Amino acid sequence: MDTAITLIQIALGAALINNFVLHYFVGICPFLGVSRRVDTAFGMGCAVTFVISIAALLSWVFTYFILRPAAPVPTWVWRVCGGDPRTTVDLSVLSYVMYIFVIASSVQFVELYVRKFFPYLYKSFGVFLPLITTNCAILFACLEIMKRLQDPDRLWGLHEALTLAVGGGLGFTIAIVLMAGIREELDMCDVPKPLVGAGIGLITAGILAMAFMGFTGVDKGIENAINLLLR
Amino acid sequence: MALPGPTAAERFFNGILPENPVYRQLLGMCPTLAVTGAVKPAMTMAAATAFVLISANGIISLIRGLLRPHLRILVFTLTIAAFVTIADRALQAYMYQMSKELGPYVPLIIVNCLIISRCEICASKQNLGVALADAVGMSLGFGLALASIATVREILGSGTWFGLPVMPSGWPNWGIMVLPPGAFLTLGLLLAVAEWIGLRRQEKGTET
Repeated sequence: MDTAITLIQIALGAALINNFVLHYFVGICPFLGVSRRVDTAFGMGCAVTFVISIAALLSWVFTYFILRPAAPVPTWVWRVCGGDPRTTVDLSVLSYVMYIFVIASSVQFVELYVRKFFPYLYKSFGVFLPLITTNCAILFACLEIMKRLQDPDRLWGLHEALTLAVGGGLGFTIAIVLMAGIREELDMCDVPKPLVGAGIGLITAGILAMAFMGFTGVDKGIENAINLLLR
Repeated sequence: MALPGPTAAERFFNGILPENPVYRQLLGMCPTLAVTGAVKPAMTMAAATAFVLISANGIISLIRGLLRPHLRILVFTLTIAAFVTIADRALQAYMYQMSKELGPYVPLIIVNCLIISRCEICASKQNLGVALADAVGMSLGFGLALASIATVREILGSGTWFGLPVMPSGWPNWGIMVLPPGAFLTLGLLLAVAEWIGLRRQEKGTET
């Protein structure tokens, strides 16, 4: 039961309370660039959720087995090669390069897969797919997972990492779709000339961020509610 | 190889105001919004970005003859990632508190579109001198933009500038300015001011 509560908290935290876009400011470029229409915004959100899950899966595997301090694979190699068994093997200096490599190749892989099996979807995403490589939201999810794999006493499992990734992706989708909906309405408004374009977009995002601050504390409330129900 | 383009000096000044990465090109928004709650972290961030941008531009310019078109983006990102690792380790070693405060935004320099776009537009086509001048100009422009946003947010939000109190005592801190919504609002309004100045200049230009 505790696991379920932790997972709900992680998902809510990533999707609403600490929304990737409106609280951590990652993924701002597509948030401002691809939020003209609701349907393309939704497509972008789905693509990001998909890639973020794959990247989180791969980066959890690499971090857990290879990159974290005292990870099993390099420790084993070190022992076999006759290194001092008291040394802690730590390859975390390589993690950034590794994550970028993982993200770039998973985007490439997703692109190939979608082109082969869903040609229609490929046409509608087409332009955005390669751009996802430089979407900070994905690298940010990998970094959050890396942070949770440093302390050997409280390591995150794969399920927690994946929950964070899917929650974050959903949060990105919610934010970008809301933004696109507001922007469709804004097109018909009389915006002061200097604000047209990015200016009014950023101010709208600011008001959205204020609204999302209202979710602070929801995770605690849900935990209390579940505990009450179970009692 | 060298294309007839702007000279080194032109590139340098272009980066500071006419093509300012934040106000004109809307690049590198993620650190622009995230670390500008106070001037000090903003300047550290600008320095780290400048180091990565200048080194990456230099290296890419030196190896531009070896780049293959389909692999170039991968080479750019891997080069940038290597320099970001250096910057991150240096920050952790010499400015531990600051590196804690900046948190994930130092490694996120890797995916800062500003650096990749400079590698793509300038460094992979120009010789070392032009590429370095371009990188220094862009870094200065980025630093100026970060400083302006951080100044507004820190003065209104905590009544200080660079940690020194500047507002009269009894100044009610606008808490919202140091929180995420304040970042969006400040950048939006400053963009509007930049745009307004640009529009005014254009009007004057057409009158005379």
